[in-house]
Amino acid sequence: MQIYLPIAEMPVSVLLILGMGAAVGFISGLFGIGGGFLMTPLLIFLGIPPAVAVATQSAQIVASSTTSSLNALRRKALDFKLGTILVAGGFIGSVLGVWFFAAARRAGQLDLVIVISYVTLFTVVGSLMLKESLREFWTKRKGGSVRLRRQAGEHAPYLGLPFRVRFYRSKLYASVIPILGLALFVGFAGALLGIGGGFIMVPALLYIFRVPTSVVVGTSQFQIVCTTLVALILHAVANQAVDIVLAILLIVGGVFGAQFGARAGRYLRAELFRFLLALLLLAVGLRFAMELVVHPDEPFSITVQESRT
Amino acid sequence: MRALVLLLSLCWASLVPASAETLITSLSNHRVLITSNYTGTSIAVFGAIERDAQTISRATGYDAVVTVRGPTQYLVVREKEQIGPVWINQEQQKFPLAPSYLGVLMSAPIDEITSPQLRQRQKIGLRAIIDAPDFTNVRDGADQPFRDALYRLKEQEGLYHEDERGVTFLTPSIFRASIPLPATAPPGNYDVEVTLLADTVILARTITHFELVKTGFEQQVGEVARDWSVLYGLTTALLAIFFGWGANVIFRRD
Repeated sequence: MQIYLPIAEMPVSVLLILGMGAAVGFISGLFGIGGGFLMTPLLIFLGIPPAVAVATQSAQIVASSTTSSLNALRRKALDFKLGTILVAGGFIGSVLGVWFFAAARRAGQLDLVIVISYVTLFTVVGSLMLKESLREFWTKRKGGSVRLRRQAGEHAPYLGLPFRVRFYRSKLYASVIPILGLALFVGFAGALLGIGGGFIMVPALLYIFRVPTSVVVGTSQFQIVCTTLVALILHAVANQAVDIVLAILLIVGGVFGAQFGARAGRYLRAELFRFLLALLLLAVGLRFAMELVVHPDEPFSITVQESRT
Repeated sequence: MRALVLLLSLCWASLVPASAETLITSLSNHRVLITSNYTGTSIAVFGAIERDAQTISRATGYDAVVTVRGPTQYLVVREKEQIGPVWINQEQQKFPLAPSYLGVLMSAPIDEITSPQLRQRQKIGLRAIIDAPDFTNVRDGADQPFRDALYRLKEQEGLYHEDERGVTFLTPSIFRASIPLPATAPPGNYDVEVTLLADTVILARTITHFELVKTGFEQQVGEVARDWSVLYGLTTALLAIFFGWGANVIFRRD
């Protein structure tokens, strides 16, 4: 069954889009990430204009992250205090990211900046997580206990900087400076790459701040709802690239997928969870690296220039 | 003086064919509506050749070429080149007024109906249109790979196409052609140019138009998104939150 998309100005298969929404929603609910870095390439592959793909999938992220946040809220796995600080830092980072985006475009190397950032971020974060989770598996097999919670007197120096705040739900007592710094970086990368940045936020909260896995997912989803909402409205106003029909199809598929993802996530052991997320990130990073290194079948590409600059 | 008059009349003769064939063309549809189940369409072109008493008889019969041009786009074609280990976009060529859709239908292979010079001068056939000097800036042959790439990529998308048997003569003076419009052809105004030839000479030319427009729901969504973008963005955002909340309520298991 085909339906015509009024903003993308092309027909798509309803079932295909519903299925894609469900698949990405499942991964999003499972790992507490937005899933934008998976959905955008899929939509572009279907022939949807890149601007419409980036703008519209943010609506789906808002929907699936709302569901996940509400779920986390009910299970008391959402740290509002931490979330609010992350949102605040994220906004400042986004503004800087948008500015850098414009500067790179003026220099004419935006494509390159984006692909290289993707490759570096995904492979670095992915391999760090993979290393960590393999070590966990190893320690467990040797009979040792996995040491993920902080122990008394074992604080990294950056947590002891001034302005320390106690986050009860995250079992964290730390300075807001490194937390704001993380949020700033995630907001910056998110605005530059058109992603929510959950895949940086989740491992950072897990490994740098040692926040419990269940709280990480809920809090990260809360932060994603806030930043993506702003992005969605900005895209609608500045680019008029949000396709409401495509958004609804993705949302309907996505909310179902996210439900099952979140449920599956509860039965997943913490170290397996981190191992799978590491594999996913590495796979995406390698895919982008391939694009950069492998001889292209078609070296030419066409882009439609919207404004004549 | 006499020579000048002769020269002028010769010029006039080359501009307006003296043979006095009149070409009458008609489209099956001047306004194609896009509805929610639109998956492309095709438009029929009919042509009739009227001859008057003075018209000389043609031994070879007529040929017709139908050229359809969609709304123009500012296209940039880029070429990836290897720099060290990575492939990155290097050279680019701009096509400021490239038609988003370009279809050429002919009654016979182009070599049989026109001479190469006429083709180039009058832009008959896809190749001649794309290779025309005013299509993009000429850079001593460096522009040719980009022109070829544009043709190739647009052809793969089904937006540029040429059919050398696309025009059918029903009788020696009546012909018909069917313009296939893929679903990805953008809304806007389309020009249909019909050229009548005989023995590699242009006899007559007509231009008609049709428009591809969104209607009903599709049109309203497009207008709201453009004219009320803040409202549209907020609506989409609220809808997303509502769906997210709804899913949470539906799937709640306490």
